[in-house]
Amino acid sequence: MPESTTTSKPDLLDFATRVAGWANDGEQLDVYVARGRDTEVRVYKGEIEQLSTADAEGVGIRVVKDGRTGFAYAGTLDDDAVAEALADARDNAEFGTPDEFAGVASPDGVEARDIDPYDPDIESFPTDKKIELALELERMVNGADERIAGARVIAYGDEFVERAVATSLGVSNWSRRSAASVQAYVIARDGDDTQTGGGYSAGRSATTLDLERAANDAVEHAIRMLGATKPKSAKVVAVLEPSIAATFLGLVGGTLAGSAVLKGRSLFADRVGEEVAAPAITLIEDPTLPEAWGATKFDGEGLATRPVTLIDNGVLQGYLYDTYSARRAGTAPTGSGVRGGFKGTPGVGHRALRLVPGERSQEEIIKGIDDGVLVQSVSGLHSGVNPVSGDFSVGATGIRIRNGELAEPIREFTIGSTIQRMLKGITAVGNDLEWMAGSSAHITLAMSDISLAGI
Amino acid sequence: MIEEGVLQRVLGAALRSGGEWAEVFVEDRRSSTAVLDDGKVERVTSGRDRGAGIRVVVGETTGFAHTADLSEQGLRDAAEAAAAAARGGGGGTKTVALTRRHVEPAGRVEINPEDVAKRDKVALLLRANDAARAKSDAIRQVSGAYQDGRRRILVANSDGLLAEDDQIRTLFNVTAVATGDTGMQTGYKSIGVTKGFEVFKEVSVEELAEDAARQALVKLSARPAPSGEVTVVIPSGTGGVLFHEACGHGLEADLVQKETSVYRGKVGELVASPLVTLVDEPIEFEWGNYAIDDEGHPAQRSVLIQDGVLTDYMWDWLRARKEGREQSGNGRRQTYQHLPMVRMTNTSVSNGTEDPADIIRDTPSGVYIAALGGGQVNTATGDFVFGMNEAYLIENGEITEPLRTANLIGNGPEVLRNIDVLGNDWEIGRPGMCGKDGQSVPVGHGNPTLRVTKMTVGGTAGA
Repeated sequence: MPESTTTSKPDLLDFATRVAGWANDGEQLDVYVARGRDTEVRVYKGEIEQLSTADAEGVGIRVVKDGRTGFAYAGTLDDDAVAEALADARDNAEFGTPDEFAGVASPDGVEARDIDPYDPDIESFPTDKKIELALELERMVNGADERIAGARVIAYGDEFVERAVATSLGVSNWSRRSAASVQAYVIARDGDDTQTGGGYSAGRSATTLDLERAANDAVEHAIRMLGATKPKSAKVVAVLEPSIAATFLGLVGGTLAGSAVLKGRSLFADRVGEEVAAPAITLIEDPTLPEAWGATKFDGEGLATRPVTLIDNGVLQGYLYDTYSARRAGTAPTGSGVRGGFKGTPGVGHRALRLVPGERSQEEIIKGIDDGVLVQSVSGLHSGVNPVSGDFSVGATGIRIRNGELAEPIREFTIGSTIQRMLKGITAVGNDLEWMAGSSAHITLAMSDISLAGI
Repeated sequence: MIEEGVLQRVLGAALRSGGEWAEVFVEDRRSSTAVLDDGKVERVTSGRDRGAGIRVVVGETTGFAHTADLSEQGLRDAAEAAAAAARGGGGGTKTVALTRRHVEPAGRVEINPEDVAKRDKVALLLRANDAARAKSDAIRQVSGAYQDGRRRILVANSDGLLAEDDQIRTLFNVTAVATGDTGMQTGYKSIGVTKGFEVFKEVSVEELAEDAARQALVKLSARPAPSGEVTVVIPSGTGGVLFHEACGHGLEADLVQKETSVYRGKVGELVASPLVTLVDEPIEFEWGNYAIDDEGHPAQRSVLIQDGVLTDYMWDWLRARKEGREQSGNGRRQTYQHLPMVRMTNTSVSNGTEDPADIIRDTPSGVYIAALGGGQVNTATGDFVFGMNEAYLIENGEITEPLRTANLIGNGPEVLRNIDVLGNDWEIGRPGMCGKDGQSVPVGHGNPTLRVTKMTVGGTAGA
């Protein structure tokens, strides 16, 4: 791998290791340091609307003493601020409830797969070319169809982050990742009718983006919704577009977090070995796949990531664990500690969920459906899905499927079921698995017995 | 927070590097959080973020840079980066004279949370945990969070404006999980205010926890919600989400100017039932409150809809400048690392005249939503959803059986026209966090009991 110019692996790792070494007797420390640079460009009607660029860095320190956990962060790496954060974390720890399982990570002997989800172009690609990409994307969507009235968002964004994790028990790791994306969110008009559609492309740097794909998806999604009406309520087969299926799998992934299971708020607690999904479903979490958007060598606690089979041919195999939940469950961690940046304490989460693909394309799956809906967008996931009870109800737009063909566009309806029934009711998995942005791979899914609520 | 001389020189540097207009936004934010879960105080955390965001405008282009380095050199570097981003060429000497704008802080804080012992904050969580669990053996899990935050901001711009604010917010929430033959259900209750720790003299965390537990228990016997169009009654103090989504976002001038709002070009037209008057305004101690927005403009009362007629949109500096009009104090940003945009403050529907009990009695069949969840809107089409955290069937004018969680969907302009009655029981709502383009800010709302003649409920049972 080419050594980058602005990153300096040793200094960030040295920093984390040095601070972890400040642990007092009888105290465990875990130090997470992140440094990154990001750029965002937005254009509107041929002009740059916004251009922002920023460097950010910070440190999060966790202290565990006598089973009590405290945490504090600082948005700078200067010694005074770090010392203050450590003092705050120690003070905070005084007020936690003792927990015999509390603690930071110690080396667990699992070797990290040698991946580096980073493209050096992220640091050398010039800003004016990033602007040009965004302007080009806007020209592409505007020129695609006369019914495209403009865009609400045409944006280019990228980020480069390096991070180091060190614990007083000997964990000490450094990793980095880069990401770039373009997105288009466009408006189509036909008379009084207005519809919207989105498209994007993501990669490790600007040089790997597919503008045409982003433009075409946005335009097609908006245009095909023109004339959409509110449908009659019905029970249907729902075909989830790959991006929507990825969102659904993310919800399922959340219910398989060891922390949710241990705390009695997972639908799938005590169900290992049971059939929880259709036999076509094999669900794997694997952040060691370099092509996965969320690929990373180490987790948020500094342990190696590793592949974990969660559901095998419909049968539940196990859950995801960070160090705390693993100790408490009496099992090994799965390298699934995640953090929301340096300000967040580690929790359990997935980064790279994927289904084993099926045999058929989306088109072939639709051909076999008499009465259904192709779901193009969903809304209200945070308000209509309860991952504890499993209730699932979201607003949607899409295309009605009749006799194996795409029929009229529909809007202002909901699709409803429960997560449990949806998993069991999956009738087809597409052959179109693709890694886009996000923590789950995109893939077409069809599921039966979905309540479509409209008129 | 920063000396006036430094601010003047930094703004000068931004203009010298080609900016037509420049702004320095400085923020110093401290927060303290305690989280209880599974009977234990799981973590106590604190953090401090300090930094500045510098915005430079040239023509229609905004350049932006932010820095955690608040030294004069750090600020100047950011100013030059922002100006370069705005593609300035320019030159010459430019100076800025600053005039301090005096604004009274939005909330009077009696007990600064920074002065409260962490032990006392943690004790609230333990009390809430005990209270929720004492409610029933079926309450198998309780989690809760206490959070306080102090946000000091300073805004200086090249028009000479200099303004500061000191914002303190306190938040407390409880989630209870009940387990029964029908599986698990959750109950959630929260309070959030622009007040200090004195709020816990007025609000009982035990009552809040018991209410969360009650909600979870009620839902254990809930049946699937209907699937299809129904009449909806929403009680006071919970319906703000409906207006926030049905029209609030669509009245934000940035979306209107980009022709992505169904309310574009509708000022002066009837867009809602004549019963509806909607304002965005500062309400003392309310969660969304502030004295100045994040562009230094005082928060103000804006009438958006008067007796059903659209009167105005909400404005920030950039969009107001484009129209050559005054901004309305709605320019907000999540942190110094973000650019401001048009955001709501506290949105409120004015009081009606009917007795809420009569409204229910006059509803032959429908759904009563005792607690709404969050929502989401597509402002271009006007289609929006919101969730129901606690809901019941209305049968023959009476509230009957509880319903399971679902979203409701409707079209903003249609729903506003379909509001056929407002109660006389206006009440402030629960705290909300509003997300837009990746930025989250606290918002508040208030409403009286109201009825919508027709909305689609996204349940699984036949309507």
